[in-house]
Order: sequence, then C-alpha cells, then structure tokens
Amino acid sequence: VCIHRVRSCSSIRFIKSKYVCVFDKSALKFSHQQRLFRTSAVSCGQIVQFKLSDIGEGITEVTVKEWYIKEGDSVSQFDSICEVQSDKASVTITSRYDGVIRKLHYSIDDIAFVGKPLVDIEIDASKGVASEEDVVETPPMSHEEHTHQEIKGHKTLATPAVRRLAMENNIKLSEVVGTGKDNRILKEDILNYLAKQTGAILPPSPKAEIVPPPRKAEAVPTAPKDKARKIPVPVSRPIAFAGKDKTEPVTGFQKAMVKTMSAALKIPHFGYSDEIDLTQLVQLREELKPLAEIRGVKLSFMPFFIKAASLGLLQYPILNASLDENCQNVTYKASHNIGVAMDTEQGLIVPNVKNVQVCSVFDIAVELNRLQSLGSAGQLGTSDLTGGTFTLSNIGTIGGTYAKAVILPPEVAIGALGKIQVLPRFNSKGEVFKAQIMNVSWSADHRIIDGATMARFSNLWKSYLENPALMLLDLK
Amino acid sequence: MVLQSLKNCFWLSCVVRTPKACFWSTASGGLIIQSVSNDVYQNLAVEDWIHDHMDLEKQQVLFLWRNSPAVVIGRHQNPWQECNLRLLRQKNIKLARRKSGGGTVYHDLGNINLTFFTTRKKYERMENLKLVVKALKALRPQLDVHVTDRYDILLDRQYKISGTAAKLGRTSAYHHCTLLCNADKFALSSALKSPFKGLKSNATPSVPALVKNLFEEDPSLTSEMLLDAIAKEYAVQHQIDHHITLINPADETLFPGISDKTKELQTWEWVYGKTPKFSVSTCLNMTYKDSVLDVKVNMDVKHGRIEVCNIDLPEQWLPPGLYSELVKSLTGSKFCPNETTTLVTTLLRVCPQDDELYSRWSLLCENMIRLM
Repeated sequence: VCIHRVRSCSSIRFIKSKYVCVFDKSALKFSHQQRLFRTSAVSCGQIVQFKLSDIGEGITEVTVKEWYIKEGDSVSQFDSICEVQSDKASVTITSRYDGVIRKLHYSIDDIAFVGKPLVDIEIDASKGVASEEDVVETPPMSHEEHTHQEIKGHKTLATPAVRRLAMENNIKLSEVVGTGKDNRILKEDILNYLAKQTGAILPPSPKAEIVPPPRKAEAVPTAPKDKARKIPVPVSRPIAFAGKDKTEPVTGFQKAMVKTMSAALKIPHFGYSDEIDLTQLVQLREELKPLAEIRGVKLSFMPFFIKAASLGLLQYPILNASLDENCQNVTYKASHNIGVAMDTEQGLIVPNVKNVQVCSVFDIAVELNRLQSLGSAGQLGTSDLTGGTFTLSNIGTIGGTYAKAVILPPEVAIGALGKIQVLPRFNSKGEVFKAQIMNVSWSADHRIIDGATMARFSNLWKSYLENPALMLLDLK
Repeated sequence: MVLQSLKNCFWLSCVVRTPKACFWSTASGGLIIQSVSNDVYQNLAVEDWIHDHMDLEKQQVLFLWRNSPAVVIGRHQNPWQECNLRLLRQKNIKLARRKSGGGTVYHDLGNINLTFFTTRKKYERMENLKLVVKALKALRPQLDVHVTDRYDILLDRQYKISGTAAKLGRTSAYHHCTLLCNADKFALSSALKSPFKGLKSNATPSVPALVKNLFEEDPSLTSEMLLDAIAKEYAVQHQIDHHITLINPADETLFPGISDKTKELQTWEWVYGKTPKFSVSTCLNMTYKDSVLDVKVNMDVKHGRIEVCNIDLPEQWLPPGLYSELVKSLTGSKFCPNETTTLVTTLLRVCPQDDELYSRWSLLCENMIRLM
C-alpha cells in the first residue's frame, strides 16, 4: 500500500488524489495510532508551496543568504534548502517534501517573510507504483519526533520503509551504519548489515516492499530489482557502486603546472643517470647534525647536494645558463640560484636558494629551513619563487630510484635524486661492504648541452659527495 | 564542583544503548561539558556534531570552551572586510568561520565561550544571557552587568563583554556567546581592523564596540571562576548535579564523524569560499623609476574566486600578450596570495627574460598580492 504522510500543520495543502490500492495490506505492521491514507499514481506532480515556518522569538522576516538548491534540482525530505539569517541567528531551512524544486521565491539578500512561500516543490509523480516514501498520518505530534527513532543521545534518520525492514529483521537501527545523506540509513545499509549477520542469503522480501526511489542522481535505482525478486537471492558484495565522475576546472597550482610543463615541452630533453656512494657523507652529516641543531637549524642532505652542484656549475657554467626565445643567444647567469622542488598541500612549488656560490653549507641549511616553513604555511613570496637558474628535486624523500625530471624553463638542467639505499658493493680490495647508495637522474636541454658536459658535471658533483673532503679543497 | 573525566562517566555509552544506568538517565534536564582542547576548529566541530547528532528533547546541553588565538567570523561574513588577514598570517592567528550568524570575534584563552544547546522549540537567547548575568552577579554582586536588546552583555552600561550568535536547524538549535575575562585587547583590536579599502559586499558587517575585560573591573576574577559560576547557575536552573564532564573533541569513538567536520572547517572552501559575492574597486599606487603610477583595479569575487578582473595599466607598460595571460590566469583562481604568487611566478618563466620586464612584473604582482 502506498501511504502518504499528511501533517496536521496548517501550512500544507492536502494532497487530493485518487485512492488506489496497489499492495497487500498484510505486509504492514504499523501501530494502531496511525491512519493509513492510500494515494495514487498521480500522473503529473502536484506543486506545493513550501512556506517559511516560524523561526521563533517573534521574528517575522529573515534575509536569504544562500541557496543550497536551484530550480530543477531534486530534493528529499530533510535536505537543506537554504540558509537564512535573522539578527545574528543563522537558520538552515530543510525540505518537508521529496520532489523537484520548481520555483525559488527569493534571491540572495532578499528579505523573506515567515508564513509566505519560500519555494515551490513539485511532489514526485509516482511511476505507477511506489511513491517517494511511506507516509503515515500521525496524531498531532510533531512529525520530527515520529520520524526519528531516538536512541538516547543519538538520532537516526531512516524512512519508514527502511525502519520497517529493520524491525522485521530484528535489527537495531543504532547498530547500522548509515551511508545516505546526513548519515541516514538506506535500505542498502540494512541489507549489508543483514548479509553480514546471516550469511549471504536474505530472507524473502515481502511483496509489499516499498522502496524509496533514487535520491538525486546518486543511488542506483533499486525499485525495479525489488519488484522482480520473489525468491531469496544471495547478495553479492559490494552493493552497486554509486560513485560518479567529477569534473572541476583546472585552477591555481594545477594551472601553474600546466603552463610550466607545456612550455617545457619545447625543450628537447636528454637524460643521464648515475649512482653515488654516500657512505662518507652519511657519516659526516651524522657528526654535523647535532652541531647544526645547537645553532637552531635542521641539517638534511640537501645543503650538501646544493653546494656540490654550485661548485660543479663553476666548472661547467653552461648548465647554469638560459637560452632565449629564438635560440639565438645563451645567457650565462652569474648567480647560482638553485631551486628546490617542494611538495606542499596544494601541489608542487619550486622556491630557490639565492647565490649559492657565496653561501656556506650552513647558510644553505638556514635558508632551506626558512623556505620550507614558508612553503608549508603557504606564504612564499614572489622573490623566493623567481630567478631560479638550476633545480634539484629530492623525490627520494618520498621514494624511488631513477626518475625523469622535466626542466623548468628558462633553465636548462634539472637533477632528480632517488632514495638512499643500503646496498652491497665491492671496494678496491674486492671485498663486499655496506654502501649507502643514491641514484641521480639528470635531464638537460640538448639544444645547448651535450652528453659529455652533463657526464663531466655529474662526475664532478659525484666526487664532491663521495669524498666530502674534496669540497673543502675547492671551497671559495 | 567536580570535574569528572569521561572514563568515569557513562553518558556517551548511552549512544550505543547499553542497559546500564548512565549519567544520562540520572541527570535529567541538562548536561554540562567542557572541552579539553583549545583548537578552534575542533571546538566548532563539537558544536556542529552535537547539533546534528544529539537528541536534546530530554536533555539540554551547556558546552564550555576556550581557544588559543583565533579570529572567528560569522557564517555570512567576509574575512577580508572583517580582519587584518596579513597580520593573522604573520602572527599565526587562526581564522575560522562558524556556522552561526552574527559578527566577528577574537578568541584567546582569556575569552570563554558558552554554547547552549536546546531543541528548536526551546530556543531562547534572552533566558540564556540572563542566566549568565545572574551567575556573574552571584559571583560578584557589585558588577554592573546587564543584557541589551541586541543580545550583548554590557559592563558599566558601556563596555561590551559578551557577543551572541545562534544557529537553528530543523529540530535543534544552539545559542553561543563569548565572555571577555582577560583577553589581549591589543591583539583583539589590531586583528579585527581590516586595512582593506574599496570592498563592496552584502556580507553581514560587524558592529564594532568598546570592550573591556572583567579582569580589569575585578582583578581577582579568573576564567576558571567564571566558567564555574556559570556552570553552577546552569545546574541550578536545570535541576541537575553541578558536574562538568570533560570531553576530547579528537575522540572519534565519542563523536563518530567529528574528524571530518574538523577537517571541513579548516578547508579554504569553507573559510574563504563561503564568502558572499563581493567586488573590489581600488587603486594601486606604484612607484616605478621616479614616477608614480595610479593603477585602477576592479575585481568581482564569488565563492572566494576571482570571476572578473580588470587592471587599468598604462598602454604598453606590459607586453599585451603578458597582460592578457595575467588576467586569464587570475580569472577563476582563488583570491588568495599563495595561489596568485604561484601563478604569477609561473607566468614569468614563459616570458622573455628581460630585467626591465621582470621588475615591472614584480612590482605589479606584489601590489596585487598585497590586496589579498
């Protein structure tokens, strides 16, 4: 039987429709207090004017501040329709009906009046059988109290159909996890719960099962499935996937990345990789870390990598250059502004350490700390993010060994550093020892950089890191 | 007064319907809880959780909380208009948007927050504020405090010591208010002073008021004493035991789903994106090479994003291609310094490497970013 809830509130027009009995009454187990109205299959939806109900405190008008729906949207009972404000109170107005929004009577910032229509809702036209939900006429009790099974301290939202299914199967609604809107318990949730309790086979659903049709566009329609099912069928898990694709515009950090990488496409990249034995550097850093901490600075491996790169660039300045638009001129940059790729919440950002050629390893560590804290707070300035001439990307902190980094224009080279792994290697005596190995993958602009240059630079960089004392020799 | 830790209290076990006698059933009429957290987002999430999940028919709730330095704007307000965002970022003062209406407040540990949860039908702000005044007078009879018809509490007839806001849902409602005990008034006034000029919007404006701390009136008063006095009065009026239950807003077992609420309150989309549509119409005064340029900027911002952007630059000051790239990039992106910085610095990568151009570009972009 189709039953419609009719509230005793005067602001609702009674739905006058033909009475058609469709289902067996026997399946219903409602208490005596409720009278059952049977309603139709109305062929076209009835438009109901949903009026703004009393706000309390004698308030007669409010300002409409935000609409959560627009004309043409489907709404379910209890869905939020709009937010209105009155004298420091923000009120969420929820729908009393299931249906489709046909008219909004106010625009944002308009004054709305209590007792006057807020929206027009077209009550769902029945598709011949089930109507939106079971409704029961209640004695003059507020329908809210009746709708919610109030477990102490915890309200559970569920339509009467779902509630009945739970009751028939001796399920406590409080133990079922609701996956619907506002954590409301859907029929699928009861089925899932049952499947877990009783194994895969469900008890036969009564013929008179009325199922709420899909709300908005999310749920998969279950009504046709249910109608056809007369014999118990094992429920296969997971229940139908109700997700849908989400399209959003490319903005912000992603937009920036699109621009940069599209420009980088013009650069013919070549790659060159090598393995670095960091055993000595690891030891050195262990010794220096506490000393840096005393000075209030966190010392990672990056300052060493950056300084070694700068020393290398002194010998191979073409890697610190820039090619102009028409590939007519190469500009050798005097400053080594070495960029460090940073992963923030919003995405990739590449600030640079300025003038590494005149900085000590400690200076670089201080600057890196500053850039890192600004980066994670989202407060890097334009000067931090511009003027870079060469970039290092320590992707190894997240993972990986070899990578193919993309050069950031207007630079001509970039290095990607893999993670440090402990691996067995042979020493000069032919003995196996434990080595701390890191892989580096360079990418360079093949229009002005050749393989030999890259290889020699890499060898020099490698030698500084494998034997840190060598850096001391070439320090400026 | 007894502070009970949650482990000794069964009230929340009632959520899963245990048959044991619980705090709930004996404490009919009311429940007083206090947050152990000073995180504004966590505490706002507790309010939201109680509003959505608790049945307040049989039991009303009083929630006591304090936050470490934060500015809290009302549901329909404009943060650019209400506070000094740059100062907040510098001083690491959090910015939160609450779900109730009303104006902007500054919170720190010297300011206490009280939330009265009732059913929608029992929503009654005056009663709550009168309760607070009664509690204050019981504590210090000589205090001249009274409630105005704007739901403020005034000290000595002129200083505002409490502001109010409320949220009404379908079945439940809450009314919360602040109480200035010993807040940093200097931080308060500088944080709530917005340097923004040329902003036009229909967002709810705040009404500035002269404020004073209760501590200034009577140095023997502390936040704890005030919290206790109010709890006591609430207990008397609701005929319940004078017990304050401590709750931890990070406890997902007590408040299932609360961490999602806490996260949502911190998203950019909520804090900034919920700002009602506004327009910016201002003039940048840029000094470039001994000449001063007046650059008119007009922008429309909706959902915190730039819908329309017009920058009135002298002709050919920037190569036209670059100018249109700038406008194209800004359109649709967040009205946010971080995002704008990323976009403008990226654009610099793909244009001719020219020192002159670079300095003009930097000047313009720095000025634009300063607006946000």
